[in-house]
Amino acid sequence: MSDHPGKISRRTFMRGTATIAAGVAVIGPPAEAGAQDLAPSRFSSSVTVRVEINGVEHVLDVEPRTTLLDALRERLQLTGTKKGCNRGECGACTVLMDDRRVNSCLILAASTDGRKITTIEGLADGPVLHPVQQAFIDHDAFQCGFCTSGQIMSAVGCIAEGHARSNAEIREWMSGNLCRCSAYPQIAAAVEAAAGEIV
Amino acid sequence: MRNFSYAQATSRADAIALLQQPETMSIAGGTELLNWKRIGIVEPARVVDITGVPDMEGVEALPNGGVRIGALTKLNDVAQHALIRDAYPVFSQAILKAASAQVRNLATIGGNPLQRVRCAYFRAEEPTPCNKRVAGSGCSAVAGIHDKHAIFGWTEDCVAVHPADPPVALAALDAAYVIENAEGVRRVPVQDIHVMPSENPAWHNILGDGDLITAIEIGAAATTSAYLKIRERESFEYATMSAAVALDLDGDVIRRARIALGSVAMRPWRLNATEQQLVGQKIGSPEAVAAVDAGFVDARPLSSNAYKITIARNATLRAIELAARAA
Repeated sequence: MSDHPGKISRRTFMRGTATIAAGVAVIGPPAEAGAQDLAPSRFSSSVTVRVEINGVEHVLDVEPRTTLLDALRERLQLTGTKKGCNRGECGACTVLMDDRRVNSCLILAASTDGRKITTIEGLADGPVLHPVQQAFIDHDAFQCGFCTSGQIMSAVGCIAEGHARSNAEIREWMSGNLCRCSAYPQIAAAVEAAAGEIV
Repeated sequence: MRNFSYAQATSRADAIALLQQPETMSIAGGTELLNWKRIGIVEPARVVDITGVPDMEGVEALPNGGVRIGALTKLNDVAQHALIRDAYPVFSQAILKAASAQVRNLATIGGNPLQRVRCAYFRAEEPTPCNKRVAGSGCSAVAGIHDKHAIFGWTEDCVAVHPADPPVALAALDAAYVIENAEGVRRVPVQDIHVMPSENPAWHNILGDGDLITAIEIGAAATTSAYLKIRERESFEYATMSAAVALDLDGDVIRRARIALGSVAMRPWRLNATEQQLVGQKIGSPEAVAAVDAGFVDARPLSSNAYKITIARNATLRAIELAARAA
């Protein structure tokens, strides 16, 4: 688990783009003029990232404070990823980063250079729904629907990790996704059914 | 969230140099820093992203039988690594009972102990007296809402507890943080990184500018160990309290016991008196119960959290039995 390939490819990518990164640092204004060493010039108030989102490469100029969640919703109009608590507590913003499920509200867009992001919009294969999407429909696993895209992305991660082997295990490993309509029994059933189909 | 300027560190030395700039903080998992900024707890002018620093990720066996864990290793990867899961069940269990699956995919094991207290007054959106928010402003919790707060080591200036689970297990395992700065490398016992309110109620930990946790080192395997977390919700909830126990057994006789409690003080709390009295006692014996009671002689409740002493005492007894059964 510790040496997953995404990390290695990112480092390789970072080394390959060292000159580009240096160019960006020069364009951005130094955070503090007149310091003795070169370190302050390394800090930039605008960052250029090259990130693959749903199979398409995007080049984005972002403020360092911009979260991945806000970049997806406000810059790329990928509004399927929802902003619930914006604190990492509800799971509505769950996406896959290098195939691992994460809260996009807790990630700086500036740190996604070289990463691969999958959102709910990138899950279906054309008109054919992903098995987890279909299972949520088949099991009536949502009511208001606001948490659903996060639930589905989290379920995709949960199944890929091998943590969907029983109802109890699904409920434990899906606990990062809240559903205030309380559709939990149907959600767990949908994940269990999809896991059986994918494996 | 106010803007800041941003740099990516390329090596440990680079990170340490960048972190010596004024008003500069590091970001790794990001699960705490972004929330601090949203609430207004910190306003760094500069943020150093250390996630690309090489040689700070992964779990490796040490020649002496212990393990070394790179500080940037994600919580889920530490807990599910074969070396950790098989040799240190107490640590693996503590990690997997922390946060959610998504957060554990982001949060790093080195950043985890640097999370700050969960006291509602410290995390308040509106200005509220709290010595950890504004030094000298007082403590709202000591006479306010404090049912989850400390039963050991608190003062009138701060009654909060450190909320993390993994460091409680690490404290029971006598683990150490490897901390690097421009002067060199030092090793600090896990519980000593935290600052008690009697030392300074405004501080969270001992890390200074340019200090970087680079690794965690644990000694010999502790297979007879267990972590028990008591909480109001079954998953994705902070502990009311927790107990980490590692035993050396001869049949059902305890040769050595190491016990740390979580969420009862501003640091993982070793039950030293209990550990000493448990030596030579049988699991489940009246003497073992008396030994546990000895660890709570200096427990001191606030006006509305005396229940935590009862829960902590009973959870300690249960955790000892769970650890013994893990043998």
